[in-house]
Amino acid sequence: MELTMNIVKRETQPLKNSNDVVLARQKVRQWAIELRFSLVDQTKLVTAASELARNALDHGKGGSMTAEVITSGAKSGLRLVFEDQGPGIPNIDLALKDGYTSASGMGLGLGGSKRLVNEFDIQSEVGKGTKVTVIRWK
Amino acid sequence: MEKIPVLRMGPLLLITIQIDMHDKLALQLQDDVTHRISEYGSTGVLIDISSLEIVDSFIGRMLANIAAMSRVLGADTVVVGMQPAVAITLVELGMSLPGVRTALTVEAGMELLLGAVAEDANGTDHEHRQA
Repeated sequence: MELTMNIVKRETQPLKNSNDVVLARQKVRQWAIELRFSLVDQTKLVTAASELARNALDHGKGGSMTAEVITSGAKSGLRLVFEDQGPGIPNIDLALKDGYTSASGMGLGLGGSKRLVNEFDIQSEVGKGTKVTVIRWK
Repeated sequence: MEKIPVLRMGPLLLITIQIDMHDKLALQLQDDVTHRISEYGSTGVLIDISSLEIVDSFIGRMLANIAAMSRVLGADTVVVGMQPAVAITLVELGMSLPGVRTALTVEAGMELLLGAVAEDANGTDHEHRQA
């Protein structure tokens, strides 16, 4: 049986330019510290956030990141939701493959950030946008 | 506008990245380094990233680009001071920074670069500098 998730706090950061990506990283770092994540876990989470925020900016033509501190039973974690109203991803399996890129990155953004978190969900509709949800549990 | 300083020390260029870089700043640095190498005829580039709390694929690509462009212009690049948590994350992300030489400390990086310069002065060419 799945335990219900409670949202302790939530904040949304717009992603309209590359400076917003820096602000998103700082927000995630700050909350990860508050949750007492280890330094390595903080770094993984912030790096994943950086990749996904840049994706929303470069591929999705801008969007937002919503950060949430969540609890489920005795455990707590950080959930990050990246949303854009960009062109969407026609082939998600392909986009998750390392080395696949349609922009200026190294093609590690999606697949790489998936490896840096505990839970990863991506939903995309062509012409409507993309929503990526990640969770890292403490 | 904020800018990352590129310092000249003899045959070397020294760069210490001390701010949370946004993408435009990373691209600007790439430009600056290549221009300085050709202006000063530098033979080595040392990039200290000990203050960087993350290296994502974009910053990683910038480091790899600087190393590649420097090489084409005849300069070696060494990246020093990567934090252990950053190294762990980079590898998990899937990046191994191919073509980028690394050293643990500024001293070690400097030794690598100055060693390379001395070798060249003695006529023992680096393989990548041979015609």
